[in-house]
Amino acid sequence: MIETDIIIIGAGPVGLFTVFEAGLLKLRCHLIDSLPQPGGQLIEIYPKKPIYDIPGYPTVNAGELVDKLMEQCKVFKPSFTLGESATDLEETEDGKLIVTTIKGTKHKASIVMIAGGLGVFEPRKPPISNLEQYEDKGVEYIIRDPEFYKGKRIVVSGGGDSALDWSIYLVEKNIASELSLVHRRTSFRGHLDSVQKVMDMAAAGKINLITDAEVTGISGNGKLESVTINHATLGNIEKPTDHFVPLFGLTPSLGPIANWGLEIEKNAVKVDTFDYSTNRKGIYAIGDINTYPGKLKLILCGFHEGTLAVQSAFARIYPNKKNVLKYTTVNGVNGF
Amino acid sequence: MKDTIQVTIIDREGKEHLLDAPTDMNMNIMEICKSYELPVEGTCGGMALCASCQVYLESDTQLPEQNDSELAMLDQAFHVRDNSRLGCQIRITEEIDGMVLRLAP
Repeated sequence: MIETDIIIIGAGPVGLFTVFEAGLLKLRCHLIDSLPQPGGQLIEIYPKKPIYDIPGYPTVNAGELVDKLMEQCKVFKPSFTLGESATDLEETEDGKLIVTTIKGTKHKASIVMIAGGLGVFEPRKPPISNLEQYEDKGVEYIIRDPEFYKGKRIVVSGGGDSALDWSIYLVEKNIASELSLVHRRTSFRGHLDSVQKVMDMAAAGKINLITDAEVTGISGNGKLESVTINHATLGNIEKPTDHFVPLFGLTPSLGPIANWGLEIEKNAVKVDTFDYSTNRKGIYAIGDINTYPGKLKLILCGFHEGTLAVQSAFARIYPNKKNVLKYTTVNGVNGF
Repeated sequence: MKDTIQVTIIDREGKEHLLDAPTDMNMNIMEICKSYELPVEGTCGGMALCASCQVYLESDTQLPEQNDSELAMLDQAFHVRDNSRLGCQIRITEEIDGMVLRLAP
C-alpha cells in the first residue's frame, strides 16, 4: 500500500503543478496515470505543438512545458504509478480513501484530486450492437501476446499503422492460420513501406485483403464464430473466424471514475468553485475534467484550480492547524 | 465583407438549426455548434484527433481540400461517408454562407 497526503489522478500539467502548490503547504503527493509517462495529452497527443497562453512564456512547446513543470515540482519529490489507470475507490472506516489501479496497486490518502484531463485513453470501438458480448470471447482491441493467436483465423479491421503492422507480423511469423484485413477504403494511410508489404502479401495470397468494406456484425454461440463484412459492391459477406481485432486507435473517455458516485454533467465532474471539491468528501476535481458555470478548459485555469484545492485539502487534513498564504519570494521553496 | 453568415445544422433527430456565425472570431463549425449547445463534443479541442465533430456536407458548398490530419482521423472514425468532414477543420468564412451540414451519429 502506497501512503501519501494527496493522491493525484492524472499526471498532466495541472496534476504536476498541484504537486508544487501542495509541497509549499508541506503536503506530499503521489500521481497515478494510465499513460506510461507524465505529461498527459501534452506528451501523448501534441508534444511538438506550441502553446501561447502560459503567462510569462510567449511560446512554449507542450513537451517543454511538461519538462519545466517536472523540474519545478521535483523538490517536493512526487512519486508515480504510471501505465496503470485508477479503477476503484473505497473509503476506509477512519475516513481515508483507497484508490486501486487496474493492476491492483493500492494507494491510500486523505485526499484524492482528480486531474484526469480528457479521461482515460481507450480503444475506439466500432459501432456493432452486440460487440461487447464477445469481448475476450474472440474480440480483442489490443494485441497483447501474439502467440495467443497461434493457428487461429483472424479478422483485423482498420487502415492505420497498427492494423497494417499487426497483419504483417501475424502472417510473417506464421502465427495466424488465416488473416483477413478489412478496410473501409482502397487506400491506406499507414507508412508507405507497410502499405506496400501488405499489398505484396495480398497479391501472394498470404493476406486476404478486403477493401471498400466494413465489419458490421458479429455472431457466435458463447464465443465469436463469424463476422459479417459489408462490401460496397458485393453486399454482405459472412466470414467464419476465431478472432476479430478492430484497430481504430485510442479515444479518451471518462472511464471508471464515472462510477465513483461523483456528480457528472456533460461528461465532466461537477465541482464547487469555492475549492473545486466534488460532492464526495475529500475528493476534488481540477483541470479539464471538471465543470462549473463559466468553466474554461485552459491549462492556466487548471493551475488556479489546483492551487485553491490544495488550500482546502490542507484544512481538511489539519482542521486545527493555522495556515496563511506564504509568498515564495519571501520564503523561497523548501523541499522535502 | 459579411461579418455574420448563416449555416444550417441538421441534428441527429433530423431537426434543422439555422445558426448565425461570425466570420471575424476565428471560429470553426465544431465551435459554433458548441456555442449553440448542439450535441457536438469536440473532445480534442479542435486538433482533428477525435472525430466527435464529424458532419456530412449536404449542400454543394465548395470547401478547401481536406488536410492530412483530417483524412487520417476520418480513416479511423466510424459512420464515414464520401461527404464526411470534421467540423473543427471547417473555418467560418464568407465562402461557406448557406452551407448545410448534418451531424454524424
